Amino acid sequence: MSETTLTSAADAASPARPRLAGRGALIGGIVLLALFAVLPPAATAMGDPFLVVTATRIVIFAIAALSLDLVLGYGAMVSFGHAAFLGFGAYAVVILAAAGIDDLLLQSLAAIAGSALFALVTGAISLRTKGVYFIMITLAFGQMAYFFFVSLSAFGGDDGRTLQHRSTLFGAPLIENDVTFYYIALAVLAAAFVLLRTVVASRFGRVLRGTRDNRVRMQAIGFAPFGYQLTAYVIAGALCGLAGVLLANQTEFVSPAFMTWQRSGELIVMVVLGGMGTLTGAIAGAVGFLVLEEVLSGLTEHWHIVFGAIIVLLVLYTRGGIAGLFSRLFGGRA
Amino acid sequence: MSALLSIRDLRKSYGALKVTDGISLDVPAGELHAIIGPNGAGKTTFIHQLSGSLKSDSGAVHFDGADITRLSMVARVKRGLARSFQITSILDGFSVLENVATAVQARSGSSFRFLTPAASETALNAEAMEALARVNLADRAHRQAGTLSHGEKRQLEIAIALATGAKMLLLDEPLAGTGHEEGAILIDLMRQLKSTHTIMLIEHDMEAVFALADRVSVLVYGKLIATGDPAAVRADPAVRAAYLGEDA
Amino acid sequence: MTNLLLLQALNGLQFGILLFLVAAGLTLIFGIMDLINLAHGVLYMVGAYLTATFTSLTGDFFIGLALALPAALLFGIVLERLIFSQLYDRDHLEQVLATFGLILILNEGVKMIWGAAPLSVPIPDILSGSVPLIGPMRFPVFRIVIIAAGLVTALGLWFLVARTRIGMLLRAGATNAPMVSALGVDVKRLFMLVFGLGAMLAGFAGAMVAPILSVEPGMGNNILILTFVVIVIGGVGSIRGAFVAAILVGVVDTVGRTFGPIILRSLMDPSAASQTGRTLAPMLIYILMAAVLFARPSGLFPKAGAS
Ligand SMILES: Nc1ncnc2c1ncn2[C@@H]1O[C@H](COP(=O)(O)OP(=O)(O)O)[C@@H](O)[C@H]1O
Ligand SMILES: [Mg+2]
Repeated sequence: MSETTLTSAADAASPARPRLAGRGALIGGIVLLALFAVLPPAATAMGDPFLVVTATRIVIFAIAALSLDLVLGYGAMVSFGHAAFLGFGAYAVVILAAAGIDDLLLQSLAAIAGSALFALVTGAISLRTKGVYFIMITLAFGQMAYFFFVSLSAFGGDDGRTLQHRSTLFGAPLIENDVTFYYIALAVLAAAFVLLRTVVASRFGRVLRGTRDNRVRMQAIGFAPFGYQLTAYVIAGALCGLAGVLLANQTEFVSPAFMTWQRSGELIVMVVLGGMGTLTGAIAGAVGFLVLEEVLSGLTEHWHIVFGAIIVLLVLYTRGGIAGLFSRLFGGRA
Repeated sequence: MSALLSIRDLRKSYGALKVTDGISLDVPAGELHAIIGPNGAGKTTFIHQLSGSLKSDSGAVHFDGADITRLSMVARVKRGLARSFQITSILDGFSVLENVATAVQARSGSSFRFLTPAASETALNAEAMEALARVNLADRAHRQAGTLSHGEKRQLEIAIALATGAKMLLLDEPLAGTGHEEGAILIDLMRQLKSTHTIMLIEHDMEAVFALADRVSVLVYGKLIATGDPAAVRADPAVRAAYLGEDA
Repeated sequence: MTNLLLLQALNGLQFGILLFLVAAGLTLIFGIMDLINLAHGVLYMVGAYLTATFTSLTGDFFIGLALALPAALLFGIVLERLIFSQLYDRDHLEQVLATFGLILILNEGVKMIWGAAPLSVPIPDILSGSVPLIGPMRFPVFRIVIIAAGLVTALGLWFLVARTRIGMLLRAGATNAPMVSALGVDVKRLFMLVFGLGAMLAGFAGAMVAPILSVEPGMGNNILILTFVVIVIGGVGSIRGAFVAAILVGVVDTVGRTFGPIILRSLMDPSAASQTGRTLAPMLIYILMAAVLFARPSGLFPKAGAS
């Protein structure tokens, strides 16, 4: 009952899965973005300019996690192939660069179009199925995309390919500077956050949320879920493709390893542990995941084992992720 | 005379169990038609078939002059045939108002709108408030639906069905699980709805049925064994033997 | 050409048999416990490692295998008690997460115990020969043994499922789990048994490939995805479906990789054909899966009552 203190009536959590939603989530999201915004000067002050590079990576994964949250947290579709879109975006950069097109905007456009098309086709087939079938078929489509890029020997096959230089913006090498690039990525994250918050509150988002909570009820008032879920899948795919463009520029390297199923699994971990269906949680989850990865890998070579154990324990002993843990600790939920 | 809802030889089996065993029935516009029958008679299954959430094995259903036998649930709702659920089915996490506004939204323009907040669409909210007022839930509009009392949730079910703009309501045991007072409110509500909607009412509560219904059908083991006005059905010896006798 | 086709068909059959061994347990776990277990692939890996260890300790592959199987069974049961039994009543997403975490733990654990370098297990001497096919081509005895062992296992499984009381419960459980518990059966024990059996079958597959593939961390990852494809095509919960789909996937994948480019070469110029062939061949089974699901969203052998 006390969870009403955390949730507004308009965007309330289902009782099974406590979420930080509504105003609390908005404030949380703004605080996170503000912290990101002051990070570069803070990093310089601390004499650790490399922090900006790490933070860029976090920001980019936050965009990817946000996009997955639309599918997973709002669309109730457990997609296990989301990393494929990161790959589409990244390969859009190298493929266009090889064709002499270095412009970031054109590359982004191609990435969005390619990802959206792949999402449209595979989503339409996947959404014919339900439950574990959906999980497995999205996983398999992700693998299909992975093997497609592995087979592209012109772009390095398995080994991938190094970028000659980062993409240009307005004909100039603007994003060669790490700090500028960081702020561009952050701007994309902020825009994605605002856009998705708008979308989930819209008519469309309401249908999506309603379908997530009670599919049969929505059908009984006249909504056929397929079109709405597919649209969400396409929007999310396109946004994640954009994240892939940024990721390629951040690492200045592209390979099929961007789109392994393990990567898809990591994205799910970010979204769920941060708190699904809140958007802010996806950003927080990406931060938590990558910071933890950074810290653990500094401590031990075998950090995967610790990381895996943390995931297992969190799932077994907390429900609803970190956000659920928080609302139970501080919201007094039994 | 042509009925609003016309059912011909409708059938559904689960394996050897004939749950709906050749039902034919006409419900004229404006009628409140009650279906009674013992537990497991197949009443809910019948409603599932009429609403389109369950495919029939054979038979035909016509609604408002059109053959809807092969239409999906969504398509039937759009034609004006709405239902409520025996087991409460609402959007627990939404506000009461948003539950109803969502049903209004389903028939007012495209829902592929992405940029304006749905919660501030005054036209949707106004119509939703009307439906809530009709079921006496207006003062609960801003509560989270999951926190309503059981009786209020039953009222909300009906408000949602109303808000779809339906001509005809299929109500599956709207009194299920309600106490005496809550039941009285709902019975009163259905009496008012009679004047504006054609209703098929599945109900266990005999008192309610005989007070409300224009006609009553008795369903036993998937077959309609009697149809007629309440007094005649009550007097029918086959009905008394098969149903009322063991229930009284 | 027909020779090559025969050879590749046999290789495909052998690959399909392996997939079946891994898929059989997994599809039962899906079907009966409604549990999506990503960690099933690591059980295959653990089977291979156990066989490698016991073989090098005893110097004999057969003794190694005989020790590895009960060890894999035990390992499966321990995992079931510790982790999986707590996941049955969770939603699919939580199962995905927990078993994903488990993969990280087990892959890394294997690395810690056995090191990151691949191990190799020699093919036992009596099985190291090959038999002639038509013409100059030969087929390794060991692969024939894999096929035979897989077919015997499939037959045994069929017997277990179709002819025994446990099988009756399994079949009932796959269609209606609550009913089985309503019958007063000790569902906890049944689940544990299914899990142990699944682990042992996957471990058996891992053991049988140990002599022909390199045993290395992460070797379960790729087979897991292929197993999913098999289960999806066959229909979740169906052993028969898993068998048919596993053979189908094994043969299509293996034959497609060889003959795809050859067929394409008759349609386009050689360099384009080889690139297209290399691109399409690994995608073939996924395309097959998409096509099957497009026509039959619940697979080839959907369980009764599934819509
Ligand atoms: N999906 C199903 N599979 C098998 N039997 C079913 C199914 N649904 C309902 N039944 C059976 O059909 C009969 C009628 O059920 P139902 O329509 O719910 O009855 P009522 O609403 O009149 O109580 C019952 O005997 C029930 O067990
Ligand atoms: Mg009923």
